[in-house]
Amino acid sequence: MLALDVEKRLGTFQLAAKFETEARVTALFGPSGAGKTTIVNMIAGLVAPDRGRIMYRGKVLFDAAGKVSLPPHRRQFGYVFQDGRLFPHMSVRGNLEYGRRMYRLKRDAAELERVIALLDIGHLADRRPGKLSGGERQRVAIGRALLMRPQLLLLDEPLASLDAARKAEIMPYLERLRDEAQVPMIYVTHQPEDARRLASTVVRIEAGRVAAVGGPELLDGAPAGLPG
Amino acid sequence: MLDLSPDEWTAVQLSLRIAVWATIVSLPFGIAVAYVLARKEFWGKALLDGVVHLPLVLPPVVTGYLLLISFGRRGPVGAFLADWLGVVFSFRWTGAALACGVMAFPLLVRAVRLSIEAIDRRLEQAASTLGANRALAFLTVTLPLALPGIIAGMVLAFAKALGEFGATITFVSNIPGQTQTISAAIYTYTQVPGGDAPALRLVLVAVAISLAALVISEWFARRAGVRLHGD
Repeated sequence: MLALDVEKRLGTFQLAAKFETEARVTALFGPSGAGKTTIVNMIAGLVAPDRGRIMYRGKVLFDAAGKVSLPPHRRQFGYVFQDGRLFPHMSVRGNLEYGRRMYRLKRDAAELERVIALLDIGHLADRRPGKLSGGERQRVAIGRALLMRPQLLLLDEPLASLDAARKAEIMPYLERLRDEAQVPMIYVTHQPEDARRLASTVVRIEAGRVAAVGGPELLDGAPAGLPG
Repeated sequence: MLDLSPDEWTAVQLSLRIAVWATIVSLPFGIAVAYVLARKEFWGKALLDGVVHLPLVLPPVVTGYLLLISFGRRGPVGAFLADWLGVVFSFRWTGAALACGVMAFPLLVRAVRLSIEAIDRRLEQAASTLGANRALAFLTVTLPLALPGIIAGMVLAFAKALGEFGATITFVSNIPGQTQTISAAIYTYTQVPGGDAPALRLVLVAVAISLAALVISEWFARRAGVRLHGD
């Protein structure tokens, strides 16, 4: 499904990652600064690798040798950023509908309602992102990424900026998402417990390298991430 | 008290027309240059930045003279525009608008550029993952978020255009009914005996217009702020 073999130099940091995954949910797991976000940005098309190749479902997204680089707006990958990145000048509804409008997808009221119900954000529709709590903001960000009908959902530490109570509030939505939405997910985290709850495949990233690829057993004995 | 004579009234109308046109026509160019300076790295960027800011530091008379030799009837650009497009700048109100637009351009670009630089680029990245190409991301995210800065830049440009004197009078002279703006008319009245009363009337008009522009822009900026950050 997703196959990646890339290299990227960022200042003195050298990243060289190679892995394949077929899982419904793949966790990119590792300490902060290991290069997880850079890998996800390369999958999304926001960062271009120096060398290598990225394939998804048999399609080449990036190939340095063949000079292929599909821009983000033609990959149709939903991206939930660590900091939400909701558009401050649009209402929650405007944010939710943005991807559908940009990708010129047909309006589907039932789908909108299903996602709003799944994430429990109906009462927020007319508010501005500035008026939302951290947990609400992340739920809207997840809804926004879902409503563009993504081929793949990238979640970059969506819970990292939240306290324990907010995390506990969102985790069930992510589990429902995994079980109900038919979208594969790449979930970036440095918390073994988050990865254990969601992922069936774990890619362990350490110092810009893939240290191991396997099942959740890779999380056993892994050092717990920093709190928060 | 504000009983304007037809000549004075003409100068006021002409000033407003020149300032409005100078602001509106320079706006798209100003936004484009501001965006390029704020977001792009390219060879010659420092040069572009310098050229844009030149009217701010050059004596206005020098800017006016440069306009005269390039956009005048016999100037290379002026001759081309007159022959091919029928647009004549020299000694017309259009020339005054051009001079005002050039003088106001750095102020416009500065304000818009600062507001674009203040926008989190990561919002544009988010827009691109949501299917927006560069142009759409600019129109739906960057431009609306830069709106307060654009309004501020427009007001600055309008005020500058309204008060411009040196470059205008050098380029298109001081012809009543054609290129004589409020500033030029005031100057003329102060040079003749008995001109104090009309000069004072025009001064009051200038103060009133400038105040009104400030109040209106403040109102727009506040509305834009509300739109951005919720009520």
